[in-house]
Amino acid sequence: MPPRATHSPRPTPLPILNWPVGVIDASVRAGFPSPAEDHMVKRIDLMEQLIQHPQATFLLRIRGESMRDAGIFDGDVVLVDRAITPGHGQVVVAVIDGEFVCKTLYQRAGRIKLKAANVTFADIVPKDGQTLEIWGVVIAAIKQFRT
Amino acid sequence: MFALVDGNNFYVSCERVFRPSLNQTPVVVLSNNDGCAIARSNEAKALDIKMGAPWFKIKHLAESHGLVALSANFALYGDMSDRMMAIAAGLGPSQEIYSIDESFIGLDGVRGDLAKRARIIRSRILQWTGIPCGIGIGATKTLAKLANHIAKTAERKPGSYPEEYAQICDFSRICNEELQYLLDLTEVSEVWGVGRRYAMQLKEYGVHTALDLARIDPAVVRSRWSVVLERTARELRGISCMQIEDIAPDKKEIACTRSFGHPVTELCDLQEAISAFTSRACEKLRRQQSHANKILCFIRTSPFRKEKQYSRSVCVQLHAPSSETSLIAHAAISGLNKIYQPGYNYAKAGVMLLDLQPADQSQLRLDIDRAEAAVDSLPPHCTDIGRSTLMTTLDAVNQRYGRGALLLASAGLAGPDRTWSMKQERRTPQYTTRWSDIATARA
Repeated sequence: MPPRATHSPRPTPLPILNWPVGVIDASVRAGFPSPAEDHMVKRIDLMEQLIQHPQATFLLRIRGESMRDAGIFDGDVVLVDRAITPGHGQVVVAVIDGEFVCKTLYQRAGRIKLKAANVTFADIVPKDGQTLEIWGVVIAAIKQFRT
Repeated sequence: MFALVDGNNFYVSCERVFRPSLNQTPVVVLSNNDGCAIARSNEAKALDIKMGAPWFKIKHLAESHGLVALSANFALYGDMSDRMMAIAAGLGPSQEIYSIDESFIGLDGVRGDLAKRARIIRSRILQWTGIPCGIGIGATKTLAKLANHIAKTAERKPGSYPEEYAQICDFSRICNEELQYLLDLTEVSEVWGVGRRYAMQLKEYGVHTALDLARIDPAVVRSRWSVVLERTARELRGISCMQIEDIAPDKKEIACTRSFGHPVTELCDLQEAISAFTSRACEKLRRQQSHANKILCFIRTSPFRKEKQYSRSVCVQLHAPSSETSLIAHAAISGLNKIYQPGYNYAKAGVMLLDLQPADQSQLRLDIDRAEAAVDSLPPHCTDIGRSTLMTTLDAVNQRYGRGALLLASAGLAGPDRTWSMKQERRTPQYTTRWSDIATARA
């Protein structure tokens, strides 16, 4: 006996009328895929490139000509990293008489002084018993040619 | 196990990082409008300047003792706090930022010598940011806070506590007798959660030190005082009742109040101020994705001036919960108009958003007028979606171009004509947050 259609236990499909269709917001590419797609990486981030210790890095503006030969000019902005232990030959920011001073640290044979990178400026030699406070190490200088 | 890392004299320490000439000088940082001392250097504390001392009462010390007073520079403190917190987070697996200068660190699972680890973090914070801090370690948050108090006090006041606890105080490694000895040296008013009133009542009851509080039966504490104080007493016994809250709970109310730089008499100036404060409060409200049901608005004269006094507040119920600046400002101003009385010198005003709820749980209003108009025919600023887009845009513009780039016209424009602006005559530059303000190094 054929099954009776009137008592079918199966659900009867309804006719589809104006059924809402979800729109997917994406484009379908028809052309040749970009050969760079598999090589997508982040654009260079200057902050990330220059700054190793974000919590310890501060900006200071340079006033004066004494660091000319080190490439640091009047008006430049320097990045100063306080996490780096200062050593001989590094450009540092020191505190002299309560002011920030940018010089090269000289530390040899038990002698410490701050040297300018410009022959017309004298070295700063701490007096006996005076401690030299190094505030941070200069890691980069920013020169803006136009603003 | 918990640690509490706390910056010493935090605001003053931030200022000194960029003005090393202030080292060894008595320094205070003043509250808004240069009213009273809200941070003091150790030298200033030694001059017996109390927390909250009004500037006019200590002004003479500038002449006689070289006291330096600075206006609060919150842009700088916020950035320095962020740096300090990021380094402090290295102490353990979880962190709760408790205030601008304090954070709790959860130490569960951290092995080895905790004090040694704390010492490394302390010296890193000092070297990297220039901020000295104290670290306390204990089995509960209350004990960690107490250990921190000992770490700071032992350093600042030699003789108050044994010297070895200066800077770092680790309760996890000391024996019970030693802990009891330290608790006995600490006045009960120094315990976290014991306010001035509790301290007075406790003293009348014979509880003078932290040890006394730890020793009384917690059930007695609960029946005589409160559940909150009972929890404190239990925590002093080493039973941890509070966990690290690494996600800041949404605020239950949001306030924006200010003292004026100069006395304000006119209604239009107060309306400007109330508009501006409401804008600020609504911005915070939207940031935590809440809606407010009520707004409280108050104005008052200065209790420090010998003149006729007036102080009133009013609470305005909003038609429906909202986070929309223009709507809430309108409500606040209608409240202000009701309480304003001419003829007084107003010194302070503020708003408080109350009865907050999550934005996605809002009960919509039945708006008969609007339902009749076809939604499509309404201009965008009249539809709910249009208005919420407007607020999102407002916040985005201010985020991108700086606070105040886009504001309600009723808040008026900042400038010398604005009578109610804060007085901040001694503020230092925003060294770390504004390009034009960075400090100078001589070369």
